[in-house]
Amino acid sequence: MDIHEYQAKEILSNYDVQILEGKLAVKTSEAVDAFNKIDSDICVVKAQVHSGARGKAGGIILCKTEEEIKIAADKLLGTYLKTIQTGEQGKIIEKLYIESGCDIDREIYLAFVMDRGSQRIVMVASAEGGMSIEELAVEKPDSIKKIEIDPVVGLTSFQAREMSFALELPKEAIAKSVKLLMGCYKAMVELDMNMLEINPLVLTGDKNLIALDAKISFDDNALFRHPNIHALNDNTQKDPREVAASKDDLSYIGLDGDIGCIINGAGLAMASMDMIKYCGGEPANFLDIGGGASPERVGKAFELVLADKNVKAMLVNVYAGINRCDWIAEGLVQVIPKVDLKIPLIVRLSGTNVEEGIKILKESGLPIILADTLKDAAQKAVDAAKQ
Amino acid sequence: MSVLLNKNTKVLVQGITGRIGNFHAEEMIAYGTNVVAGVTPGKGGTTHLGKPVFNTVKEAVEATGAEATIVFVPAAAAADGIMEAADAGIKYAVSITDGIPAHDMIKVKRYLLRYKKEERLILTGPNCAGTITPGEAMIGIMPGHIYMPGDVGVIGRSGTLGYEAASQMKEEGIGISTSVGIGGDPVNGSSHKDILELFNEDDKTKAVMIIGEIGGPQEAEAAEYVQKNMKKPVVAYIAGLTAPKGRTMGHAGAIVSGKGESAAEKVELLQEAGIHIVPNPSEMGSKMKEVMDKHL
Repeated sequence: MDIHEYQAKEILSNYDVQILEGKLAVKTSEAVDAFNKIDSDICVVKAQVHSGARGKAGGIILCKTEEEIKIAADKLLGTYLKTIQTGEQGKIIEKLYIESGCDIDREIYLAFVMDRGSQRIVMVASAEGGMSIEELAVEKPDSIKKIEIDPVVGLTSFQAREMSFALELPKEAIAKSVKLLMGCYKAMVELDMNMLEINPLVLTGDKNLIALDAKISFDDNALFRHPNIHALNDNTQKDPREVAASKDDLSYIGLDGDIGCIINGAGLAMASMDMIKYCGGEPANFLDIGGGASPERVGKAFELVLADKNVKAMLVNVYAGINRCDWIAEGLVQVIPKVDLKIPLIVRLSGTNVEEGIKILKESGLPIILADTLKDAAQKAVDAAKQ
Repeated sequence: MSVLLNKNTKVLVQGITGRIGNFHAEEMIAYGTNVVAGVTPGKGGTTHLGKPVFNTVKEAVEATGAEATIVFVPAAAAADGIMEAADAGIKYAVSITDGIPAHDMIKVKRYLLRYKKEERLILTGPNCAGTITPGEAMIGIMPGHIYMPGDVGVIGRSGTLGYEAASQMKEEGIGISTSVGIGGDPVNGSSHKDILELFNEDDKTKAVMIIGEIGGPQEAEAAEYVQKNMKKPVVAYIAGLTAPKGRTMGHAGAIVSGKGESAAEKVELLQEAGIHIVPNPSEMGSKMKEVMDKHL
């Protein structure tokens, strides 16, 4: 789960990370009010959307007067910000963060990530801040320093010092840096973060370290033990179809194609999408209905996929393992008449009791196109979508 | 021979009296698995499915000599269940549970390092369908009847896609020595490479099928191992060619977040390492047949 910058900063400020004075605004008048209250001649208006690269997309505006703040807030609020990370649709700006200006000497990149290679938390930093880590990896790979953290001991002071010296911080800032790094690691572990990124972390003229931006991603699997964090979830930043799916505990991701997919198991779902592509089509979605595939879940899945008006054909591919094909077929026979299906439906069942399952579908009289293999199913779906 | 599991392996079921544990323990016993006991804290001294139930894994191991375990423990407590098994001297554990916090798994992996390599618990999963040595035993939730005994080792992240592979191979008359699910989580007990090492030394296994997917460096690591050490042909399919970057495709670990993590990049790496690539998921069986006919 991702959160907004202002929320990330509030969390980090409780863990020895210094932030600038800032205020949240949901209306232009509040933005102006915030500007007047903040003790700074310059303020930055920052669009609060779940995405990086907001600056390049025009979501961050420097303002010196009340009039400029007013123009910036009017321009941003209620619009969709389209960054290189959001896709064509963009993400709606419902909140602005008005933040004090800052005297920047240097910009640093800092992150704590769940490293899948070492299967540990790794602290990553570069003295070349401001750029994304992907850009850094290409343009200044030697500037990136990584330190692996032992989960039992935690981040040690010597590791934090090693990183601080590697960043070539002035000696007045070393102790502050160590404190900040220790705080970040503590936050990462205590709150079950998957990723914590401060980019840039700035060194000010008076040798302070300040988090100018902050991005946190939490482990969805651990939200159960952090209700306060879970409450920060913002559905306006997500695809509404995915929000609807998650309410029914279905795993759905909307894509741009025209073949709707209902599949059990994440791997088989990805493989079926690949097969559609291989046969010359484009999947409209990823959808894993999970192992159970009860009639209720299948019904919800149909509603969800059919809500996408681009869908021209539907592919159901279920491998019945501990489940049984005849149960799944019975579920389909119950569900299909209720969903008012106007597009071709291709069904492929395999696994336990497949003959019985196919017999039930054939005898149902429903307009179902049956397929034997994964390839057969994908090809039939692609052909049907083209007609 | 086989890896990790055979008909003699004494298996424990942690959470045997729970709804899910009970259901799958029954299936495992019906398949022929040598289930010797169950563990449910607070139900020690009772009998379930004809097996003695213990309060702790340690007691179960002392009384029955259990060597392997399947951990049917809900996500919030699953890591604790795995560490309990390691501490009791269990050699092999399968964790089925989906949704274990990643920080918990980091701790589990660190905890396992307390033991010398010879005594260390091997964990597969979490978030997997388990392991099966066809015709002998299974520790998992898979439909046993779709697996035919034979000499291909299978390593996969996904459950249902693994079933698909087993069925396709069966159609081609190809059987399986052992099929090992390593699970779809970002922090997992064993990697593709860890299991490849076992298959490389297993007399029964003549070829290996890897079923990988987008996300993480473990397929690349496997490619490097194959190139340097593998004595047997390896066939691989990587799912997720159509997956968009930065989106989690069902499995917590199936997300392209950096360089080398997309399906296309992984396919390229595996191919360079001499691994035979399955071009599309309906050719897992036929590709394995082609490779075995040519190389064995």
